Amino acid sequence: MESEQEQEAGALGMASGSVLRGLPTGADGTSIEALGLNAFYGKKQVLCEVSMKIRGGCVTAVIGPSGCGKSTFIRCLNRMHELGAGARVTGRVALDGQDIYGPMVDPALLRRRVGMVFQEPNPFPTMSIRENVLSGLVMTGRLAAGQADEIVERSLRAAALWEEVRDKLKEPGLGLSGGQQQRLCIARALAVEPDVLLMDEPCSALDPIATARIEELIHTLAGKFTIVIVTHNMQQAARVSHDTAFFLGGALVELAPTNRLFTSPRDSRTEDYITGKFG
Amino acid sequence: MQRRHTDSAFEAELSELCERLVLMAERAAVMVETAVSALVARDTVQARQTLALDARVNRDELELDEMCLLLLAKRQPMASDLRLIAVVLKLVTDIERIADLAKNIAERVLDLNAEPPVREMEDVAQMSALVLEIYRESIAAFATLDVAKARTVIERDDEIDEAYHTLFRSMLQQMVSDSATVKRGIHVQSVVKYLERIGDHATNLAEHVIFVAEGLDIRHRGLASQEGGSDGQ
Repeated sequence: MESEQEQEAGALGMASGSVLRGLPTGADGTSIEALGLNAFYGKKQVLCEVSMKIRGGCVTAVIGPSGCGKSTFIRCLNRMHELGAGARVTGRVALDGQDIYGPMVDPALLRRRVGMVFQEPNPFPTMSIRENVLSGLVMTGRLAAGQADEIVERSLRAAALWEEVRDKLKEPGLGLSGGQQQRLCIARALAVEPDVLLMDEPCSALDPIATARIEELIHTLAGKFTIVIVTHNMQQAARVSHDTAFFLGGALVELAPTNRLFTSPRDSRTEDYITGKFG
Repeated sequence: MQRRHTDSAFEAELSELCERLVLMAERAAVMVETAVSALVARDTVQARQTLALDARVNRDELELDEMCLLLLAKRQPMASDLRLIAVVLKLVTDIERIADLAKNIAERVLDLNAEPPVREMEDVAQMSALVLEIYRESIAAFATLDVAKARTVIERDDEIDEAYHTLFRSMLQQMVSDSATVKRGIHVQSVVKYLERIGDHATNLAEHVIFVAEGLDIRHRGLASQEGGSDGQ
């Protein structure tokens, strides 16, 4: 039986073909499934028994109040959470059915498949734009001779930055505007050809125009990659995602097609949060 | 207990929106009452009063539309707030149409008063009382988001339809038996048709109450669709 997300219905029964009906989806993208996922900082439990399926080739937004565990959740999806002091994870996260916490999994290799973009743009300060894009491949010794130019152009084009920087690739990445720096970080993440892109509040430090550019970019990347985006901006979640998950107190409260969650949420806690009746 | 918005100004704005809509709805109800009272009493002054009231309802429509647009722009509402504002935008049109129909009744009264009486109007007044009772129930359902009351309103539309058909047939018989009454009879038939349309708008209002309260869109599908979930599948 199809899940509610797979039905991709939307409560309003919009006319088929409406641009509001949905973003492009990539049926073949990498799916992610969390099963009984728990995360801890020392004795403090920050994620409790999270089980949810993230559809391949779709954009899934994760929303919730500060401290609800949404950033921790996506950091569990590429095993970054465990890098913190005293941090540990129990439960299972499967990427296309394969448990990423299995004994044979190399976290560094996993993070090539599951890239991440952070809240603050963080290009490497001593590197040029070109070097930033290639850094992931250089650090992992995977940059084949003669491919650099093609990878730089392809990645910057995919991040909708090529036209703006093609004539200054040797200039420092830090010389770009905040929005351009963030797209450079996305280009850097795309250069290693990941299957999944995690975005942790990627627009929170950007102005509305730079935010619109990133959202437009998410639209173009949807279908090619599986994207999970954490955002405090509910309108942004509503605009860019196919599915939305609402977290509260470390637990998943509701996962639903975005069109439905923001018009007719099923759980009263979701309703309270998205209508501003919280706290 | 219903939780309140953390932003009390937003809470107040939504409350004001609902109160203003209820006031507008009641003004339209008074117009219908006044128009039908003018019909029964053959009172031209009351009929003209009804026409004059329409401007206030038209102003309500514009003001409520503006409030909704401002709320959408300023608050970017979600979930039940979004449904409420979207529904108010629709309901102002329904209510404004009710006021227009009351105006149409008043215009027919002016036509009828220019000629000798064609019949007693007590049965029309009874139909009007029924329509107004159901319409005011729909307003009350909106004010309290009372889904049970809204369902009752929808079910009672059949009573209005029955009253309409009874009066329509009655006038038809009179016109068949006395051709001199045809012109006035058509005016009376128009009045009962207007009342029946007001009942339809009350039903719309009640359907929208269910949408605001439960996120369930039953338009064009009837109450039975409530059993099947809300996804429009």
